[in-house]
Amino acid sequence: MIIENSPTILSVQGLRASINGTEILKGIDLTVRSGEIHAIMGLNGSGKSTFAKVLAGHSAYEVTGGIIQFEGKNLLELPPEERARAGLFLAFQYPIEIPGVANTQFLRLAYNTVQAQRGKEELDPLEFDDFVREKMKLLEMKPDFLDRSVNEGFSGGEKKRNEILQMALLEPKLSILDETDSGLDIDALKIVASGVNRLTNKDNATILVTHYQRLLDYIVPDFVHIMQAGRIVMTGGKELALELETRGYDWISANKQQAMAGVRA
Amino acid sequence: MSEATHPDYLECLLKSWQAKPAESLSWLNQLRAQAIDRVSTQKLPTKRDEEWRFTDISSLTRLPYRPSQPDSNLHIQDIQHLFLDEVKNRLVFVDGHFSRQLSVIANPAFTIGNLPELLSTHAPILESHLGQYARFDSNVFTALNTAFLRDGAVIIAPKNTVVAEPIHVLFIATQSEVTHYPRCLFIGESGSRVTLIEDYAALEKAAYITNAITEISLAANARAQHIRLQRESTQAFHLANCAVSLAHASNYQSISIALGSRISRYNLDVRLTDEAAECVVDGLTVISDRQLADTHTCIDHSKPGGTSHQLHKCIADDTAHAVFNGKIIVRPHAQRTNSSQSSRNLLLSKTAQVDTKPQLEIFADDVKCSHGATVGQLDQEEIFYLRSRGLSEKAARNLLTYAFGAEIISRIPVTSLRQQLEQAVLDQTQSNSL
Ligand SMILES: Nc1ncnc2c1ncn2[C@@H]1O[C@H](COP(=O)(O)OP(=O)(O)OP(=O)(O)O)[C@@H](O)[C@H]1O
Ligand SMILES: [Mg+2]
Repeated sequence: MIIENSPTILSVQGLRASINGTEILKGIDLTVRSGEIHAIMGLNGSGKSTFAKVLAGHSAYEVTGGIIQFEGKNLLELPPEERARAGLFLAFQYPIEIPGVANTQFLRLAYNTVQAQRGKEELDPLEFDDFVREKMKLLEMKPDFLDRSVNEGFSGGEKKRNEILQMALLEPKLSILDETDSGLDIDALKIVASGVNRLTNKDNATILVTHYQRLLDYIVPDFVHIMQAGRIVMTGGKELALELETRGYDWISANKQQAMAGVRA
Repeated sequence: MSEATHPDYLECLLKSWQAKPAESLSWLNQLRAQAIDRVSTQKLPTKRDEEWRFTDISSLTRLPYRPSQPDSNLHIQDIQHLFLDEVKNRLVFVDGHFSRQLSVIANPAFTIGNLPELLSTHAPILESHLGQYARFDSNVFTALNTAFLRDGAVIIAPKNTVVAEPIHVLFIATQSEVTHYPRCLFIGESGSRVTLIEDYAALEKAAYITNAITEISLAANARAQHIRLQRESTQAFHLANCAVSLAHASNYQSISIALGSRISRYNLDVRLTDEAAECVVDGLTVISDRQLADTHTCIDHSKPGGTSHQLHKCIADDTAHAVFNGKIIVRPHAQRTNSSQSSRNLLLSKTAQVDTKPQLEIFADDVKCSHGATVGQLDQEEIFYLRSRGLSEKAARNLLTYAFGAEIISRIPVTSLRQQLEQAVLDQTQSNSL
């Protein structure tokens, strides 16, 4: 929801980043205020995941220009773990498998680390077990997933649900969901979307990276941004996604100028 | 490279050898005498020997350590931290000498005790097994151990006996500048079932030599789970040979963990001497600083229908050096052999080193054999994933290192030992931040 005068959670200005000397992000501007849901759409390879990983602090990307403020802090100064502890969360497009680490052990470590940071109580394995099982019910996940290794052998959809489970545990200030919808069957999509909707409120914000209008039927965005070749070239309301669905990306290129006459002053 | 064979080393040891403890049996004296004869005709291996290519023991020859003398000052409180809750029968040897007051023998369903005592009651069976598997013809350390053989752990599981609780054989080193000659003999009669924990530990950071021999004989349909834990002082030398003989349809499962010693060498020889025998031979080495740990295994299939599976893992940090040489022999008659071997290695620093070599000698045609080896570092994407969930870089690295080793540790069927080891691996990888 767009709330007047609500505080800015994320402010990105002129962000440039490269990998192995190739510039991928070429000047991104984006402001996210609390309560808002933003969707980022764009062709394959346009830099959406790169943007998400730069926000999370992946060291393979070199930030060559611009600034990122997260709740007033200079995000670029923080290592990934401190960004996470400060309340930034990335649900990966391709969640990593970690053989040998039990999911429950991993989830509890992550949970307790963030709790400690917030000056809240850490949970022992038994307490955590009760707590996490409740959260899993919301996502209709079977408890078996606790004893298995992190994401190992999980189906595509199961991995995505495990990401949202982490989001539910960590209660981030800003969640970036990178194609969390792809690979989900329609029932799973509804479950995940309702999970996300339950977690969003006026004090946090969400960035959804997606290719499909379908997700936006369930999680309704306040803003839709179109990314092209490392820039946000167009920003609109939820109807922009529909427009895109019918007209395709060619239409964007032709209409860049006029659409950029912003939604927000 | 320096010349490894100090001319005086073996000579010095030969001098310290005494012909016989007064009342022992003639066959045993004969065995000892044969062994000392072999010592006098052999040399210590050097890096020029193919089998010792990576493991330079020349520094050992600078320490012609005397055989250790009994030292009875140890109290149960000193070693309690090494005990395992599940264990009902425990043999404790201090510097190679049996300690009755530190040991617990609770189970009359099978035979357990130390060699000198059992010689009076079980001479025939001991004579037919002792020294029969660990041959000293070509192995100078086996010859030395046999020559100095005085004490040892003996466990005999009679026909069809199932021993539910694990048996703990604990060798504790307390003295510096001595050589221990630990010895274990385990005989599993047909249909018996036992879990054995062979454990080498030290109470201080002392420099000493352990020269250990273990012999295991499994009769038809016998099953043994053999967990071997080498947690010696990081200044010690540990040279060990284990020889296993498997009869028809017997099943041997071995998990060897190497954490300690400045230099360690473990030779494990498993012979599948009759049809349908099975073995699982797993290993985990976790070393750091300047440690060197060398594991040589040989699995010898000589009869049809045998199975062997092997997973060996090494984790090396700092300038540590891990060696794994896994030989699999499938002899001409050993048709329908099914064998797999996997060596997986994790280097935690740029200066750590791993040498891994599969050695397959297959002379039968109807066999299924697979092998593979990998050497790698921690995965950067995995580290990032964990950090993106709030774990510090150090915690992430430790968790992943731990997970790498946990695959082997989780196979140990003794909970308290598993917990001790999980802690040891975490300590070894310097985790305080989990
Ligand atoms: N290590 C790398 N070296 C060179 N180019 C890279 C590297 N990693 C990513 N890229 C390139 O960066 C561009 C952006 O990739 P990114 O994953 O951000 O795209 P995306 O918008 O998320 O695409 P998709 O919709 O397919 O997920 C791509 O052209 C990709 O090939
Ligand atoms: Mg992407």
